[in-house]
Amino acid sequence: MTLLYTEVEEELRASVRDLLADRCGPDAVLKRIESDAPYDMDLWKTLAHQIGVAGLLVPEEYGGAGATAREVAVVLEELGRAVAPVPFLTSAVLATKALLEVGEEDLVRELASGDVTAALAVPLSASPYRPLPETVTVGEDGTLSGQVRAVAGADVADVLLVPVGAELYRVAAEHARVEVVPSLDLTRPIATVTFAGAPATALGRFDARRVLAFGAGLLASEQLGVAEWCLDTTLAYIKERHQFARPIGSFQAIKHRMADLWLDVVRARAAARNAADLLAASSAPASDPPAPSGASGGAGADAELAAAVAAAWCSEATLHVAEESVQLHGGIGMTWEHPVHLYLKRAKAAQIALGAPGAHEDAVAELADLPGPV
Amino acid sequence: MTGDDVASLAREFLAAHDPGDRLEFLRARFDAGLAWVHFPEGLGGLGLPRELQLVVERELAGTPQLDTGVQGIGLGMAAPTILAFGTEEQKKRFLRPLWTGEEIWCQLFSEPGAGSDLATLATRAVRDGDEWVVDGQKVWTSGAHHSRWAILVARTDPDVPKHRGMTYFVCDMHAPGVEVRPLRQITGEAEFNEVFLTGVRLGDDLRLGEIGDGWRVAQMTLMNERVAIGGAPVRRGGGMMGVVTETWRSRPELRTHDLHRRLLRLWVESEVTRLAGTRLREQLSAGQPGPEGSGMKLAFASINQALSGLDVELRAEEGLEYDDWSFRRSESVDFFGRGPGYRYLRAKGNSIEGGTSEILRNIVAERVLGLPSEPRVDKDVPWKDLPR
Ligand SMILES: Cc1cc2nc3c(=O)[nH]c(=O)nc-3n(C[C@H](O)[C@H](O)[C@H](O)COP(=O)(O)OP(=O)(O)OC[C@H]3O[C@@H](n4cnc5c(N)ncnc54)[C@H](O)[C@@H]3O)c2cc1C
Repeated sequence: MTLLYTEVEEELRASVRDLLADRCGPDAVLKRIESDAPYDMDLWKTLAHQIGVAGLLVPEEYGGAGATAREVAVVLEELGRAVAPVPFLTSAVLATKALLEVGEEDLVRELASGDVTAALAVPLSASPYRPLPETVTVGEDGTLSGQVRAVAGADVADVLLVPVGAELYRVAAEHARVEVVPSLDLTRPIATVTFAGAPATALGRFDARRVLAFGAGLLASEQLGVAEWCLDTTLAYIKERHQFARPIGSFQAIKHRMADLWLDVVRARAAARNAADLLAASSAPASDPPAPSGASGGAGADAELAAAVAAAWCSEATLHVAEESVQLHGGIGMTWEHPVHLYLKRAKAAQIALGAPGAHEDAVAELADLPGPV
Repeated sequence: MTGDDVASLAREFLAAHDPGDRLEFLRARFDAGLAWVHFPEGLGGLGLPRELQLVVERELAGTPQLDTGVQGIGLGMAAPTILAFGTEEQKKRFLRPLWTGEEIWCQLFSEPGAGSDLATLATRAVRDGDEWVVDGQKVWTSGAHHSRWAILVARTDPDVPKHRGMTYFVCDMHAPGVEVRPLRQITGEAEFNEVFLTGVRLGDDLRLGEIGDGWRVAQMTLMNERVAIGGAPVRRGGGMMGVVTETWRSRPELRTHDLHRRLLRLWVESEVTRLAGTRLREQLSAGQPGPEGSGMKLAFASINQALSGLDVELRAEEGLEYDDWSFRRSESVDFFGRGPGYRYLRAKGNSIEGGTSEILRNIVAERVLGLPSEPRVDKDVPWKDLPR
């Protein structure tokens, strides 16, 4: 195991970053969020076809890249850095992981190609550690009825994966009503999804905790990318902006805050890398057992703890960096024109996504044996 | 050489040497190159990557260990500085007894008038033939009462700006004119001292580095100091956290919701800091500590203070007691052999010793983030003309 990036990971990063620099600069993103197609599906197809990001988690025998959570994390860092409006987290991470868990090979194959996109029909705020809200029911004829709020990536999904009880169902998007609502996070809009007797196929038993915790542990890497952009951009700004005949970055009140933000980000990187590494190890096929980890709970429990730690830390740290970033930009930070608001909105929405920090801390209490008051 | 090779070397060494005789065992270990494998051959090492030391430590876990409390300054600061700037004779003379603990080291840097602004120091060293005559006063000198040697920075040229006129020495703590007086600390005991230097004569062979180059040499020491304080590898949930969680687990009646929340936050912060330290060590395993080490020390100080404070609060009645206020010389810095009150008070020093947290934030901001320094009034002024 290593907390550093491998050469292969750096190459993957470079190709994603190049493409995003070309196609997904701040101006392009600002334009897109006000268009009627806030998700950039052309960019998504290019990412999938040219770089193969849609199939990273998918084994080679199903047409994927056979990569691991480590590579996924690197792509998420870059997508976070660009607040790229593409359904990578929702389709290639959450939906793909859910399908791999239930062993649904055909759809996995289609998702890996990037030609078909799926979304897990759960609120983006769903916590891995609590039962999902039971707002959808199965009728006697096997159809689904009900409503799920705050589903990310739903309006660009061809297929919706709907957990009902312990079972995962598949519904074609045209059988659901998907209503995009004005969203706090402009670059990952959410929708209300309504089923009214929608034809559905049962796919098998679904372990929501495992899938959502996997997602939360990797979301930490996306948050890291958001934090890095905010830190870098703010740093450049305070070196350049002069007041009182000095760069504002020479004032100690600002330097000390920047030092603290940097330290938060350094630790966010270590936490996110550790989660990605252990999630990769714990998802490895049985024929290729992960290295012994030393902890009593084995690789699975270690990975879950690492994911909870990364999710708790990176959520708070990233939000803090984004909030400070707005403040240190002064008036320009409050404008629509400057992209920093996109990062603040992403950071705030991501803080709530897949379990708020407190939920992950509660998981730490359970996993690290730190019980609460009796 | 691979990890396996090093492991078998260590095992062969263990088979051939009796750990029963502590000092002889440590001396032989040094001579076998198993003291610090990243040091050169002949100087306690094998010229190997730093991380292979962990292999040696694992193999020799049950054998006599160093006293890292008392030897901390020697091992963490004097040794890397001597290695980088010492002559061959100096390395041969000092490193072996430093490592075995036969000779203890202290650090004569801070002065009453020069703390954060170390470069303003006033202790003078004046050349006299083959010798230097040192006069001045140092303060906050941890462990001076145990020490055989000290690393010392003194002013050798008052006519140039402050950073340029200093020279770095090894000070003989047994030389005539060296007087060590205990200073009582907030913990009750005296771990640090004031040290008066009056006409102390040091041979020129005790100079480390060039004349006037003392600031650069001192940077090496300070960088290593921060790594030594902040970069110590700990297990997940170990160190100060381990002390608190032991009480937490064994005494459920003390738990409250508020303490639980704060404990969990600190647990997460300790864990991500530990991981960042691990990651930093991976990055540095080949090279030298950079200014990033300052960041680890910052985090360590704040976590240690928060945790030791939480520990006192958690223990309630017991937290109101204190184990021992008597004024005595400390044997070592031992957080774990003392009560929660001692830990709480001693941890206050963590954000002062080795560079205050404010100064470390300056260092991160300027050397890591490249932010401009504050306008300076003292930069090009000869030291003797500075206002004081
Ligand atoms: C337990 C302990 C052990 C020690 N051991 C040793 C030792 O063995 N050898 C040795 O040489 N020294 C030792 N020291 C001394 C230590 O290095 C100094 O105390 C430290 O560098 C601060 O210097 P000062 O005490 O003069 O405080 P000052 O420098 O006067 O600082 C006072 C306050 O002002 C702040 N401040 C100063 N300058 C700035 C600035 N530019 N910007 C913002 N804030 C600033 C500081 O952060 C601090 O809060 C030890 C200290 C302690 C507490």
